[in-house]
Amino acid sequence: MENNELVPVYSFCVTHKIELSFIESLQQYGLVEITTIEEQTYFNESQLSEVEKFVRLHYELDINFEGIEAIGHLLEKIKAMQARNLQLQNRLSLYEKKSGDF
Amino acid sequence: MAFIDYYEVLGINKNAGAQDVKKAYRKLARKHHPDLNPDDKEAHKKFQQINEANEVLSDPEKRKKYDQYGKDWQHAEQFENAKQPSGGNYRSYTGGQQDGDFGDEDFSSFFSSMFGNQGHAKQAKYKGQDYNAELKLSLRDSYITQQQTLTVNGKNVRITIPAGVENGQVIKLKGYGAPGVNGGPAGDLYITFIINNDATMKRAGNDLFMDMEIDLYAAVLGGETTLDTLSGKLKLKINPGTQNGTKVRLKGKGFPVYKKEGQFGDLYVVFNVKLPVNLTEKQKELFSQLAALK
Repeated sequence: MENNELVPVYSFCVTHKIELSFIESLQQYGLVEITTIEEQTYFNESQLSEVEKFVRLHYELDINFEGIEAIGHLLEKIKAMQARNLQLQNRLSLYEKKSGDF
Repeated sequence: MAFIDYYEVLGINKNAGAQDVKKAYRKLARKHHPDLNPDDKEAHKKFQQINEANEVLSDPEKRKKYDQYGKDWQHAEQFENAKQPSGGNYRSYTGGQQDGDFGDEDFSSFFSSMFGNQGHAKQAKYKGQDYNAELKLSLRDSYITQQQTLTVNGKNVRITIPAGVENGQVIKLKGYGAPGVNGGPAGDLYITFIINNDATMKRAGNDLFMDMEIDLYAAVLGGETTLDTLSGKLKLKINPGTQNGTKVRLKGKGFPVYKKEGQFGDLYVVFNVKLPVNLTEKQKELFSQLAALK
């Protein structure tokens, strides 16, 4: 993992004006993976948009960590169902086409 | 431009206190927040209205002005000229790389006409507009992982298209949309893949389907044929007595599974038995003999 792919937790918290304990709690709930390098904590850049979403859910909508965890699972399910729906639509269109199709 | 009843939007009455506004906003925001309603444009629109109503009703100065002018909002400009603009600092739906922020149309024209843009624009950093593009690929193109260079707003973007990409699938290229507003991050580029079926082959999920014509003699006596598949030529045995419409499954010879290297769907071959036409006298005689043997 390249260092430039890591987001320092401290800088993230300062930028978003949130407590460090928020990220620690996310980690405890398994919602973010924290890496420690030379006593500094980081999370991967690929998780940035997810973590920002959790910040909004908690601070703007007042949703607690249990709620965030549940929402995270449900959004994953929605994503999987949307992908499945797309697959099925493609499959259906195959049968709906006329002449010479299966 | 129509008057917007912000109290109605939040479902509260005009005497509602600050806590009631907050409570009503949170309740509706939890229902319509873009983070909780991905790809739902109606929810996104509704959330904009809720956010706008909250922006006004949670700020005592703005609320006072709104209550004072209300339906006579057209006179708000005169009001503005007579007073210094207020510096609203409410923390609205802003942020870094979020997917759901509003871009240029975050507030209605009604809001702008009453409060101008300076109230929140000083504080808010907005993500730039997202761009959408379509990329057409043939079935054969999407069979193998390939790299393509696209030109987006003068910038060359080199993208890797993984084998097995689905028709209608969307990929996001972060930061390749319009530049951000007030120092906000650039928007994203969403590319939708349009994959056309091949003339000889059709795809359903990770499986491929193709028709194969065989002559009557191969169908009756059996034999061997060569298939032209996406991965190259393939020899296929025809069993004696193969019926018209017989479907044969070739395991692992279908389409690659998206982002799962080495995994493939199956290839289904449907045999179409072609009957001989324009028979010679000799052939007719032989068929007659066959018929007599029946």
